[in-house]
Amino acid sequence: MALKIVKGSIDRMFDKNLQDLVRGIRNHKEDEAKYISTCIDEIKQELKQDNIAVKANAVCKLTYLQMLGYDVSWAAFNIVEVMSSSKFTYKRIGYLAASQCFHESTDVIMLTTNQIRKDLSSPNQYDTGVALTGLSCFVTPDLARDLANDIMTLMSHTKPYIRKKAVLIMYKVFLKYPESLRPAFPRLKEKLEDPDPGVQSAAVNVICELARRNPKNYLSLAPLFFKLMTSSTNNWVLIKIIKLFGALTPLEPRLGKKLIEPLTNLIHRIMSADRSVYIPFLVARVRTKGESMSVLKYVKAMFVFVVKYLGLLAMSKILKTHPKSVQSHKDLILQCLDDKDESIRLRALDLLYGMVSKKNLMEIVKKLMLHVDKAEGTTYRDELLTKIIDICSQSNYQYITNFEWYISILVELTRLEGTRHGHLIASQMLDVAIRVKAIRVFAVAQMATLLDNAHLLTGNVQRKGICEVLYAAAWICGEFSEHLDNPTQTLEAMLRPKVATLPGHIQAVYVQNAAKLFATVLKSQEGNTDSTAAQETSQLMIDRLPLFVQSANLEVQERASCILQLVKYIQKLQQKDVEIAEEVIALFAGELNPVAPKAQKKVPVPEGLDLDAWINEPPSESESEDEQPRAIFAKEEPKHSRPRHTEVDEKELAKRREARKQEQANNPFYIKSSPSSQKVYQEAPGVEHIPVVQIDLSVPLKVPGLPMSDQYVKLEEERRQKDRADKKKKEKKKRKEKRSGRGKRHDSGPESEEDITPAHMVDIVTEEMPESSKQGQNVCLCHFRLSRPLADSEKLPVRSHRAAEVLKSPAQDGDAESAASQEPKKKSSKEKREKKKDKDRDRKVRVTCLQHYSPPPSPVNDIQGNLQDGSQVVVSVIFENKCDSFLKSMEFNVLDSLNSKLQRPEGSGPHDGLTVPFQLPPGVSNEARFVFTMQSIITPQKLKGTLTFIVKNEDSSTHEKLDFKLHFTCTSYLISTPCYSDAFAKLLESGDLKCSSVKLEGVVMPFHHLLARICFRHHFSVVERIDSCASMYSRSIQDHHVCLLVKTSGQTVSIDAKCDEPTLLGNVLDEIKQTFSQC
Amino acid sequence: MIKAILIFNNHGKPRLSKFYEHYNEDTEQQIIRETFHLVSKRDENVCNFLEGGMLIGGSDYKLIYRHYATLYFVFCVDSSESELGILDLIQVFVETLDKCFENVCELDLIFHVDKVHNILAEMVMGGMVLETNMNEIITQVDAQNKMEKSEVSLTLFDIYS
Repeated sequence: MALKIVKGSIDRMFDKNLQDLVRGIRNHKEDEAKYISTCIDEIKQELKQDNIAVKANAVCKLTYLQMLGYDVSWAAFNIVEVMSSSKFTYKRIGYLAASQCFHESTDVIMLTTNQIRKDLSSPNQYDTGVALTGLSCFVTPDLARDLANDIMTLMSHTKPYIRKKAVLIMYKVFLKYPESLRPAFPRLKEKLEDPDPGVQSAAVNVICELARRNPKNYLSLAPLFFKLMTSSTNNWVLIKIIKLFGALTPLEPRLGKKLIEPLTNLIHRIMSADRSVYIPFLVARVRTKGESMSVLKYVKAMFVFVVKYLGLLAMSKILKTHPKSVQSHKDLILQCLDDKDESIRLRALDLLYGMVSKKNLMEIVKKLMLHVDKAEGTTYRDELLTKIIDICSQSNYQYITNFEWYISILVELTRLEGTRHGHLIASQMLDVAIRVKAIRVFAVAQMATLLDNAHLLTGNVQRKGICEVLYAAAWICGEFSEHLDNPTQTLEAMLRPKVATLPGHIQAVYVQNAAKLFATVLKSQEGNTDSTAAQETSQLMIDRLPLFVQSANLEVQERASCILQLVKYIQKLQQKDVEIAEEVIALFAGELNPVAPKAQKKVPVPEGLDLDAWINEPPSESESEDEQPRAIFAKEEPKHSRPRHTEVDEKELAKRREARKQEQANNPFYIKSSPSSQKVYQEAPGVEHIPVVQIDLSVPLKVPGLPMSDQYVKLEEERRQKDRADKKKKEKKKRKEKRSGRGKRHDSGPESEEDITPAHMVDIVTEEMPESSKQGQNVCLCHFRLSRPLADSEKLPVRSHRAAEVLKSPAQDGDAESAASQEPKKKSSKEKREKKKDKDRDRKVRVTCLQHYSPPPSPVNDIQGNLQDGSQVVVSVIFENKCDSFLKSMEFNVLDSLNSKLQRPEGSGPHDGLTVPFQLPPGVSNEARFVFTMQSIITPQKLKGTLTFIVKNEDSSTHEKLDFKLHFTCTSYLISTPCYSDAFAKLLESGDLKCSSVKLEGVVMPFHHLLARICFRHHFSVVERIDSCASMYSRSIQDHHVCLLVKTSGQTVSIDAKCDEPTLLGNVLDEIKQTFSQC
Repeated sequence: MIKAILIFNNHGKPRLSKFYEHYNEDTEQQIIRETFHLVSKRDENVCNFLEGGMLIGGSDYKLIYRHYATLYFVFCVDSSESELGILDLIQVFVETLDKCFENVCELDLIFHVDKVHNILAEMVMGGMVLETNMNEIITQVDAQNKMEKSEVSLTLFDIYS
């Protein structure tokens, strides 16, 4: 065996370690991949060896290769092997590798559960720490479920190092296993007041993350956080708390007012300190009313500091709630557009979006247009372009007062080179032209010019390029061709041979709209006496269209050949001198109205028709196919023919409709909101309900050629002035009229938002919000109400071999059985604090009582002792109602002994019971605390007690009694306290301690398990461990020192113990002995 | 939450990558490349925040980075983290590395990436900030290294006894 180890370690000396691997890779720059593949082969060999050191080394190298992008999931099992090494060095390597490459679908993760559990309860805090860190990266729902209880226990570990990690990882556990949130929450809340700042910060961190998902649940914690905010000096904690308040204030407006003062104090404190820029930014997140002005002051100050970016970010937060206050900083923000940092420019753009008003829109857009010209880099320019369009089109063009200006802006934007947003501009042009009727004349003129100059745009034929604009231009010119000045010229422009180079879908629109134009041209020319002009136009069409007929694009080809035939026919008729124009125009008659996507919903469903209900059996597929064509017509059947038939028709109709619905759902070619289907509904009776506002307020203004948008700014100004003058005149009139009657009317003052009347009105088509708003990924985590008391079913699963804690054996009638209290389930947070000052150390001891008596289903009382220092002991008892009846009027009484007394309120006798301040509905548990006074703690105690209560059923209520025993063991007075080895040595040397020893036979567990058990059950901490020998230390609540020296050889364990109180020591040793005799 | 922590040099060679959400190896490399591309083309004297990494996160996430000599330290975080807080954290991270390696340089990170991981593990856990106090971090790291050393000597002792 020894030889093998030696051999293994000699082998190891020749192995490559991580450094060698890195060096090797650096030396093989040319054939890196080849070198690495040989390395991976070596690693595979190493992994096959028995020696754990070799394996760990191999896994370490794999972790590095994983970073370089090599898949190492094949070694997952070996990683688990290394993780389970008993040596910290290897364990750490294993956990690191696991955290880098394990994820939810790694199957070997299942194998790790027990190993991780073992590490979590390891006496070595770093084993636990490493396991927690690793687990935080690869926790799966299964792991979370199985380990939640263990982690929860660690939240009260004696070492703050473990506590803070355990608290932090709980968030990951909540995410994967949301059911654990409710049972763990009280503990988490407790940690907010942990004496260790690290643990506190971790708890704040977790609660902040939770509150992001559902702030409402955490509103009740506000006072606690308020306290923390005023007392904490840790910047991290402050940041998190303020962020949390940011989420809470919208829910509780009063909070905002309360926060102003402490926040201002904070700002002053921090402004004067070095970290001058931390908090102002954060403050902005707390969106409260009175506060915004002062906040803004600080935000502005930040511009003076370095952090422009954050200032802008903060402003955008304020903007959401207080747009007015930010608007005054417009110039500052516009300046930021000149910044050379793209991040800053983009942020500033974002802000502009929210800052525009009717008054400043033109000015801002003008500035932006300047930037568009200057901007280098297409990404930024595209961003600018989309922002301009976003700004202008927001909330149904609310801020645009002059649409001619907007059209000209759009036209100017088409001159941008290399933009990817042609389709965006196009859709805007279409939208405006359709919805703003008054602008059509102008728009058509502009579009005609665009078409004329199409050669300028066609340079960029790439998809989504600027040529998309021509799509819009052609459509607008065709659809509203009656407004064209010179339709013939436009027609000519649309039929140029160059058009054939455009993308197919644009050509298709060209062809179709050429036909529309043709109709218009015919109409105008037929009116003249000269019929040759009309014939020439037809000839032009016939000459040019064949070009499109040859197009490779099917759509273009089809439309072109169809129209070509039509024109040929028209030409024939023309030669016979038939007036044809009216009929051609009829082809394209009817106006397109804007329809909101959700408009169909507004059409009322006929009464008594439930579209979702099955009326007949679901039709088979073949049936639906047969009926489908008929169903389309069936819809338009008059409903009110004959009453008897109607019923049948209605049924039949619904059935068919259902069939059609199914067919459509299965048919990939059916587009649900196609415009044609909407048109059908326009004819339907409910069309009045579609909210279409149509007010025409035209300002006819003809600007030939391509106008500059700047002109509009001037014109707009003039128009407004005129408006104002008009108004004033009117007002004066009014005033004159009223002067006699009333006193003064206040002057209209500076121009307000409402005074600016738009030059054109938009057809506002209201769009409804989709009903189901998107929800976050972890919906379930938000659904827990933390205020509700815990139900039994929600308790975290406790691993089975711990079940000893809860006695399952039913006891005899009326008599309670008390479990040994040596099973401390939770050690609460314990800190090395000033010894004398602090008397509030508490520790929990679990005393389990179980009661079974026949008539009603029995309530099981779960009692947890909570001991405090000195002579006072607080016992917290969890009452859990496990029966189906309601329990009330509970009274708790304990028979006092000489040594220990239950503290009763003043004025009550020594045998009076204490009323439990709550009632218990079925399945509910609640906790009550009772204070005991203890004289001496050196001997274990058993206190007899009774609980009386009334069981209330539906019809009757009975008085019941439950006896129990509270068992205080000596162990339960001990507090695991860390002790340094030098202090420990001094203590032993001091000679005040009495010695005692005990021998345990037949202990088969490994040594570290044994230590863990002593630590865990008897509240010791390991001071030093050397091989099979360890020294341990603990202290009682009355400051007795207890030292142990544990040695093991074979199955014998000898414990030498020293303590300044021999009785206590004897009892503790007895209890330890008992623990090991049980197993 | 922190979604990823990346360290790479001026040429985009990864020196440390820690993802707190699972991606496959190819995506990880792509993310590193994209991040490098975004970060490296920025001037030295512009702000340390960057939005718009396509692969990682989306609109809620931003990159917060610092450039030290030959190395970029990049944190990808969501809106629950404070930008300046993270900047500070990077500083703490670098100072801690400096203390642990005694005048840290790129070579230290190249050859001891495992140690860097161990240090990082004491600062950030599962995407959440664990500890920001440098002394505390160093104490814990040292204690663990000491333990490792004692184990190594113990192993040697085992072999020769």
